[in-house]
Amino acid sequence: MPERVAIVGVGYSDVRSTTPGLSYKEMMYEAAVRAYADAGVNPRKDVDSFICVSEDFWEGTSIFDEYVPDQLGGALRPVHTVTGDGIHALACAAMLIRTGRARIVVVEGHSKHSDIRTPHHIHNFAFDPIYHRPLGAHPYHLAGLEMNRFLHVSGNTREQCALVVRKNLTNALLNPRAVYGAEVSLEDVLGAPPAFTPLGELDIARPADGGFVMVVAAESVVDDLAGEPVWITGYGWCTGASAVDSRQWGEAVYARLAAEQAYRMAGITNPFQDLDFAEIDDSFSYKELEHLEALRLCRPGEAGTLLEEGVTLPSGEFPVNVSGGSLGVGHLLEATGLHRVYEVVLQLRGQAGPIQLAEVERGLAQSWRNLPTTTGCVIILERS
Amino acid sequence: MTVRIKEWPGTALSSKDFETGRVLTVHHKPKAEYRWDAGVAIGRYLRELKEGRLIARRCNACGRILLPPRMFCEECFVPTSEWVFVKDTGTVNTFSICHVRWDMVRLKDPQLPAVINVDGASPGMGILHLLGEVRPEDVRVGMRVQAVWKSPEEREGAITDIKYWKPI
Ligand SMILES: [Zn+2]
Repeated sequence: MPERVAIVGVGYSDVRSTTPGLSYKEMMYEAAVRAYADAGVNPRKDVDSFICVSEDFWEGTSIFDEYVPDQLGGALRPVHTVTGDGIHALACAAMLIRTGRARIVVVEGHSKHSDIRTPHHIHNFAFDPIYHRPLGAHPYHLAGLEMNRFLHVSGNTREQCALVVRKNLTNALLNPRAVYGAEVSLEDVLGAPPAFTPLGELDIARPADGGFVMVVAAESVVDDLAGEPVWITGYGWCTGASAVDSRQWGEAVYARLAAEQAYRMAGITNPFQDLDFAEIDDSFSYKELEHLEALRLCRPGEAGTLLEEGVTLPSGEFPVNVSGGSLGVGHLLEATGLHRVYEVVLQLRGQAGPIQLAEVERGLAQSWRNLPTTTGCVIILERS
Repeated sequence: MTVRIKEWPGTALSSKDFETGRVLTVHHKPKAEYRWDAGVAIGRYLRELKEGRLIARRCNACGRILLPPRMFCEECFVPTSEWVFVKDTGTVNTFSICHVRWDMVRLKDPQLPAVINVDGASPGMGILHLLGEVRPEDVRVGMRVQAVWKSPEEREGAITDIKYWKPI
């Protein structure tokens, strides 16, 4: 039986809309120092391996992995990069530990979005160069297409998507890590300038800078460390069809299959009952509803009703994105999944301060790699 | 041609075939622009270059003087302790004689990139820059060199504020 694995330390570098005073290296150092203090580890002696998530085009430097060791305490140590979301890296860390090859692994992800002067052009670079890019549409047109089909097949409404925006921006007001908290009305969201109809301007998560570092450890060493463990009991990830002309529009199949893997591993049969809360992808408002259904937290077509009935509010039976999500906190590129995990860890430890939920034992974090991908990750975290 | 093969098989393509659309390809020129925040350490380093000086950071845990400066010591994993000016003289650690430019144009006057261990910084620390006022055949590992700066009006807070390093 492979060892159990826990997150024993978490740290972050302040989430902001811009960070002109700090280099990405200094941001990473700040997050790492906090995570190591939380876990009670010395990276120069105790850590067996370091895993970062980054995408060269966002960073503006190819083979970016070469630039990460120093500021994590990983110089001349095993280091590698996953060009995926932070939850991909956490799964790698857990598996590395379960092989017996490592006992303590550090995972890092950051966004220095404000360094990118042409973000939509970089985004466009992820699109197929031969039969998609030449059309010349803004990359977010894919979100408009996806939202329209999702609303059409699921029966959820445009107004319910606006409710997601109102909920998450309101939640963000109480979260010290959130940049975009605001009191908005349904009319504000629906009356915002149209962007990629049915998607309006306020339905789109705005970018932010920020960094996260996590220390992951084997059960055999957890007791020797200072950090309060949160156990990783399930994870899964999945990528669907990339073809924009024939993918399964209207359903987040990747999230459903990633969740199935994670649920099986964690012994979850009824996610709504077996889990207490979730931090899930809401890069665009409709994605929260689409992902709720894909994660089997409700039946197809019922996510909007769940929201209207208050079930997913912080005070509801199953709070979703109490942190404010990406809409409220800001989108953090590859670090987005790590931010969600960070929020789940704080909740399970009872350290979430003004946004603390009562009596939570088991939570889920889910990420999507944003447009144009059909890639998603799911992780299950537990207190005991 | 060889004894056995009088004519090589295949269809030759010229750049004209691509330009005139005889062969179909798709072009895309990425618009990738960045403006990196230099941060605390490198921000100060660049400001001092504008003043015609090289600045480093001392780590009081290991005693090393780190150049270029950084706010953390990668060996000790602690914050570095103080700013230290170092000299603009040093010793060639290694060098290369580049006869070919990046676009494969052969150079009459080769470029001379070199790693220079800067006086005042810890051993093995310094700057990767260019050598000048020296014939390629005269460059040696261990050669003593000094920075040749642009005039104060020309300096802009970049590593190119040093034109090159010359022998002393
Ligand atoms: Zn040191």
